[in-house]
Amino acid sequence: MAQVALRKVVKAYEGGVQAVKGIDLDIADHEFVVLVGPSGCGKSTTLRMIAGLEEISDGEISIGGRVVNDVPPRDRDIAMVFQNYALYPHMTVFDNMAFGLMLRKFDKAEIKRRVDNAARILEIGPLLDRKPKALSGGQRQRVAMGRAIVRDPKVFLFDEPLSNLDAKLRVQMRTEIKKVHQTVRTTTIYVTHDQVEAMTLADRVVVMNGGIIEQVGPPQELYHNPKTRFVAGFIGSPAMNFIPGRLENGAGALRVHLPGDIVLPVPAERTERYKALAGREVLFGIRPEHLTEAKNLDRPHVAAMTATPEVTEPMGMETLVHFKMNGAEICGRVDPGAPAQPGHPLPMAVDMSNMHLLDPQTGRVL
Amino acid sequence: MSQGTLIASAPPAVAPRGGLRRLARRNSTIAFLLTLPLILLILGLVVYPFLYALYLSTLNKRMTRFIGLENFTFLFTRETFWNVVFQSVLFAVSAVVLKALIGFILAHVLHALPSKGQRKWRGMLLVPWVVPPAISTLAWWWLFDPSYSAFNWALMGIGVDPVPWLGQSGWARFSVILVNVWYGSPFFMIMYLAALKSVPDQLYEAAAIDGATGWQKLRHVTFPMMRNIISITVLFSLIVTFANFDIVRILTNGGPQDTTHVFATYAFQVGIQSGDIPLGASVSLFMFPLLAVFAIFTLRGVNKRSKEMA
Ligand SMILES: Nc1ncnc2c1ncn2[C@@H]1O[C@H](COP(=O)(O)OP(=O)(O)OP(=O)(O)O)[C@@H](O)[C@H]1O
Ligand SMILES: [Mg+2]
Repeated sequence: MAQVALRKVVKAYEGGVQAVKGIDLDIADHEFVVLVGPSGCGKSTTLRMIAGLEEISDGEISIGGRVVNDVPPRDRDIAMVFQNYALYPHMTVFDNMAFGLMLRKFDKAEIKRRVDNAARILEIGPLLDRKPKALSGGQRQRVAMGRAIVRDPKVFLFDEPLSNLDAKLRVQMRTEIKKVHQTVRTTTIYVTHDQVEAMTLADRVVVMNGGIIEQVGPPQELYHNPKTRFVAGFIGSPAMNFIPGRLENGAGALRVHLPGDIVLPVPAERTERYKALAGREVLFGIRPEHLTEAKNLDRPHVAAMTATPEVTEPMGMETLVHFKMNGAEICGRVDPGAPAQPGHPLPMAVDMSNMHLLDPQTGRVL
Repeated sequence: MSQGTLIASAPPAVAPRGGLRRLARRNSTIAFLLTLPLILLILGLVVYPFLYALYLSTLNKRMTRFIGLENFTFLFTRETFWNVVFQSVLFAVSAVVLKALIGFILAHVLHALPSKGQRKWRGMLLVPWVVPPAISTLAWWWLFDPSYSAFNWALMGIGVDPVPWLGQSGWARFSVILVNVWYGSPFFMIMYLAALKSVPDQLYEAAAIDGATGWQKLRHVTFPMMRNIISITVLFSLIVTFANFDIVRILTNGGPQDTTHVFATYAFQVGIQSGDIPLGASVSLFMFPLLAVFAIFTLRGVNKRSKEMA
């Protein structure tokens, strides 16, 4: 087991496309790190450079303290689980898992012990004699993980391992992966574009965008303290609302003035942080879960406002209401019992303790 | 729903009226009609000649009398015939093995080339297979000429004695195999190249991470993934090579002393040139059991593997 470090790592494909533009990242021993970001942001490229499947154009990658820039994949002591599993179709499940050990000249008894152990962890014991063709998607996924586990490598690499599974199985395998990590505690780097997967699995999440790292942190921190508009919008579902407005100084307290003459008081504990910004145009950021039906209005940090939904989406445990504010699409989450109806004004509550202010030009959270 | 299909696919005999239209609507009928031209072609060009050859092989030389298996028992007593059997097997097996090897290597080299250069080379390497063998073999025949040919001229240039390419049994056997390999390797190459391209890159990446060297990837990934193509290509080539006629006929015409005859050229000589058609038919029929056994085992393996794999 080992830590992994990336120093100013760059990947430029021929033709000049810079897929990864100089990223720094330190991953601790035993840590589960998830790289998340939209399609094409360079997640896979980063992972494949760590695996040694792509050459590194510039910078340095080290695994367990050893610089591996020029080390071929087979000598990096890593294991990888691919999106479409990449099982060897001509080998049985047992041979698929044993292949890496066989190439490394482990003796038969040890190979069998390890494969049986992995099969037990993943509950695929009865499948060992089958060929991959005779397995379901979820079973193939387990075999692919088994192939990684038996090697007992320094680092596990996962590239969107669950995206070929249906929704239900995906949730199930997600827990499975987490369980496996808690058992074997191997340093893990996991790539996904699904922020829910990232939040649920990671010790730390790395949010990537356009070949750079936007922010690194534990899931809760990314949720509560995003540093950029991109992270604020990417983490959380439905996404955070951004409403253009102005920060005003009024009657000794700061207020956010939104289109439609909505004025929301900034909680007193934030005055210090925002006071220099008074008078500026800002983006007001609020998550749908903090934009609810009128409730708790007696609490100091909850402000009232009224909105007229254009669309309501009942989800069962909650109802999503969509309305427009000076062109901006806004989404709120209200109780299914609330009288939310399209075209009818709905009294709502804004939890201002969870507000964000962003610079409309740079997109940085202020 | 299921009832509807049941009625629609009921045999037309049950429904006398509109039976013809219903017949035409049945999928299997249409499928049969569409394959009918091919079936007729096979019947006319394969089954009929085969049965006719069977019939011929049981007649006497003047085709007037049924003599059972006498043609075959006669062949078994002839040393020339056993020479032909030996040479056919030697010719076909060594040519196919060499073609398979060379094709495999060429395919790998091509596959490793960047795709721009690849097309040019692929085109050039296919030329031997595209030129009609009767023509290219004539060119080879000229190259093999003992006194005026390029080969011997080049050999003399470096001080080596001229080689009787077609004049001496050993060399003649070598030469016909060489030309056949030259002609047939591109076919293997193109088949293998297609197979190589169909092996997913991720399998190689997985193998690299599992710790495989280049050679181990070839042995544990490429080769098993290509086994079916290899089997089928070898089978196909073996059949064609066993039945080869033009190369031997043009280069050596079976000589010297009948040592380069293969089944087809020997059958031609016995049947057409010496006028014993029943005996010639018997010779040509001799290939059949040999190839049939090989084909059955090969195809059985192919079937099993393709069921197990994707
Ligand atoms: N072989 C290549 N040649 C040129 N450009 C490439 C190559 N592979 C990837 N790219 C580019 O590099 C960028 C990053 O690709 P990468 O595969 O890392 O994205 P990703 O974050 O994994 O996206 P996804 O979620 O869709 O898998 C993309 O813009 C892609 O077009
Ligand atoms: Mg990817």
